[in-house]
Amino acid sequence: MTSGGIRRSFTAAAALALASFGSAALAAPGPWQLNMERGASTWSPVPYHLNNVALGVCTVIGVLVFSAMFIAIFRFRKSRGAVAEKWSHNTTVEVVWTTIPVLILITLAYLATSGLTSWADTTGSQMTVKVTGYQWKWRYDYVDYLGKSIDKVGFMSKLDSRSDRTRQLGSGMDPFAVKVGDENTYLLDVDKPLVVPVDTKIRFVITSGDVIHSWWVPATGWKIDAIPGIINAAWANFTTPGTYRGQCAELCGQDHGFMPIVVEVKSKADFAKWLAEQEASSKAPAAAAQTAQVAAPVAGKQG
Amino acid sequence: MSYAATHDQHDDHHGAPKGFFQRWCMSTNHKDIGTLYLIFSLTMLFIGGSFAMLIRAELFKPGMQLMQPYFFNEMTAMHALVMIFGAIMPAFVGLGNWMIPLMVGAPDMALPRMNNLSFWILPFAFVLLLSTLFLPGGGPAGGWTMYPPLSLQSGSLAYAVFAIHLMGISSIMGAINIIATILNMRAPGMDLMKMPVFVWSWLITAFLLIAVMPALAGAVTMLLTDKYFGTNFFNPGGGGDPVLYQHIFWFFGHPEVYIMILPAFGIISEIVPTFARKPIFGYKAMVFAIACIAFLSFIVWAHHMFAVGLPLGAEVFFMYATMLISVPTGVKVFNWVATMWGGSMTFETPMLFAIAFIILFTIGGFSGLMMALVPADFQYHDTYFIVAHFHYVLVTGALFAIIGAAYYWMPKWTGNMYSEFWGKVHFWNSVIWVNVLFFPQHFLGLAGMPRRIPDYNVAFANFNMISSIGGFLFGATQLIFVGVLIHCAFFSKKKATDRVWEGAKGLEWTIPSPAPHHTFEVPPVINDDELAHGHVND
Ligand SMILES: [Cu+2]
Ligand SMILES: [Cu+2]
Repeated sequence: MTSGGIRRSFTAAAALALASFGSAALAAPGPWQLNMERGASTWSPVPYHLNNVALGVCTVIGVLVFSAMFIAIFRFRKSRGAVAEKWSHNTTVEVVWTTIPVLILITLAYLATSGLTSWADTTGSQMTVKVTGYQWKWRYDYVDYLGKSIDKVGFMSKLDSRSDRTRQLGSGMDPFAVKVGDENTYLLDVDKPLVVPVDTKIRFVITSGDVIHSWWVPATGWKIDAIPGIINAAWANFTTPGTYRGQCAELCGQDHGFMPIVVEVKSKADFAKWLAEQEASSKAPAAAAQTAQVAAPVAGKQG
Repeated sequence: MSYAATHDQHDDHHGAPKGFFQRWCMSTNHKDIGTLYLIFSLTMLFIGGSFAMLIRAELFKPGMQLMQPYFFNEMTAMHALVMIFGAIMPAFVGLGNWMIPLMVGAPDMALPRMNNLSFWILPFAFVLLLSTLFLPGGGPAGGWTMYPPLSLQSGSLAYAVFAIHLMGISSIMGAINIIATILNMRAPGMDLMKMPVFVWSWLITAFLLIAVMPALAGAVTMLLTDKYFGTNFFNPGGGGDPVLYQHIFWFFGHPEVYIMILPAFGIISEIVPTFARKPIFGYKAMVFAIACIAFLSFIVWAHHMFAVGLPLGAEVFFMYATMLISVPTGVKVFNWVATMWGGSMTFETPMLFAIAFIILFTIGGFSGLMMALVPADFQYHDTYFIVAHFHYVLVTGALFAIIGAAYYWMPKWTGNMYSEFWGKVHFWNSVIWVNVLFFPQHFLGLAGMPRRIPDYNVAFANFNMISSIGGFLFGATQLIFVGVLIHCAFFSKKKATDRVWEGAKGLEWTIPSPAPHHTFEVPPVINDDELAHGHVND
């Protein structure tokens, strides 16, 4: 690639990155995206800022160390007549360059620890959703909302049929043509998304029915493994309504790359309406719901 | 000192056996076995590399073009297993075999017959492992980490487990041999604190190997009994715990990471002083830093598991311990730069690879530090950011050090100089394409592309295509390396001097080039001025 090409790409990416960091949160990955997204939950800025601070620190150290090295490479070359000196240690310098990194590390550790503590606190949640991974789809069961337990709202969520047809070997179909509106959703769309309300602390309890999966929506700022026999908990509080996309992040077999996650964040009123509809329809065709329950025997087991 | 005359009785003391079978299959000579290891690892590099080419070809653009997803998973698992256990580790053992006796003034390895056995196990282990690709059940497809329950679904689990047992036995025997050689066979006057840093790095690495290979063997044996003998170590249905496997595996796996990088540190610490014509800066600090890293490597394993749902206290502990490793690692990098400072540098191919190592390994170290921060790792974990990180550490780290070492010692091995022109062509192509290959993977990971997926959203298309192009060219570039090696061994007209490099110090440069079949049958008289670190305590 020519340097002009690289420059063009970087300019395009920088413009894109600026646009996406500026106002709306990034709901899905963008072409030429260079950095982590800020996310769309109250906690998601934590990893984002930590990433930026750590990257900044590393860049500064890198520039200092590598420039020292390049200065050495240019000044102390034999071809310029440099004669080797004899010294081979200097205690002061060694103490200094051991101490300074320690101080930097303490700062980073402080930032990371406080962010981690807030992540680990799942108390005070207003809603609980149970997430179960299967080869190769997700199941969502709504457990409670605003202190009331929810009756039989749960469903499977798997790769949308257009992506699924396109991704077959030799399908001859164009991945760029898989779109919802003008968003390119190839392998990042599902038949039935998880629907949750905005501005609500949602507790996710996550497990698996077969092998280990990992539930990851970058907009939440975290991923956590779905492990058979173990129930993991994490929380998210989305700040902006929208559609947020993610994928299974732990290798789980042949279709690991084809079990996306879509979270639709609705306003509280819209969510209440949606939930009521779901509860009503789950009561009518009880048989359908029952088969779904049977399909998830391991999910009920506490680890 | 601790010189012990454990010398095998050879029929011919001054030349190699004539017959091919006698010489190579029955060899007890550290140089021949070292050569076997190096040739084996080069072969594995190309086999593992061809798997990588298939992976990058499938990922060249979105959509499935070449293979079924299951085959893709076989390729990712086998690529890692072959590269780690077949290419990188045997290459270091080969370098150790060749150079450690020469560097400490020993006539051979302490246990020459075991040396033969530990090499000849390897081809069988890899035939076993690679044969699974042609069996009905297919090869291992659950990643090189073989996490249950997924790995228990594989039909070829028993083959992979048995292959890993063989590799483990080979590694442990190799490690015992290296420790015995270093502790018992040094020439009088070669004190521990006068040994080359490469020898130190291997001594410490060998202890790591002995400590952790049994943990891996235990973990995979538990997989085997879970699958075939009805145990429930990892089966929650029977009261087991899949996360237990990860703890045991990474108790092996993290020290394993250092097993693949500490000898590289040793190599760089040999090359840089030679071409800077100045003793290494802070010899004691360098040795201490290696020991420190080795110790810390035992208490950081769960940083591979930040997303499994560890308790808060555990996440904090493993985060702090992991961050600490950057201090001794930083010391090493600073010391290499300080070694160059005030030197009189020239830039032959080994030095170029060493300089590239220092920069690119440090970049891998930086991303490693970022990943130690648990909240950020919640995003990085299992993405291409991780893939970029460990390839910077293992390709531009371990592999570049091995290639640098090959250029550095090749004249001593063959008696001929390699072609400096083609060496530099190899270097510049390697260093450019490896960055085109791996640097964009940082961006892919940050943008949200998980690792180990055969297909991806079109947003990831641009960087994947760039990465694939870099990959193909980096792969092709390594053919130049083979050309340089063959030319140097068989066709080069330029004879190497005994010293080879103007600034080279140490016992290995006092013997003729090529190194005769038997060296130091009488322990050398050591003159501290001849050693690279002869005056550390003055
Ligand atoms: Cu998966
Ligand atoms: Cu590790």
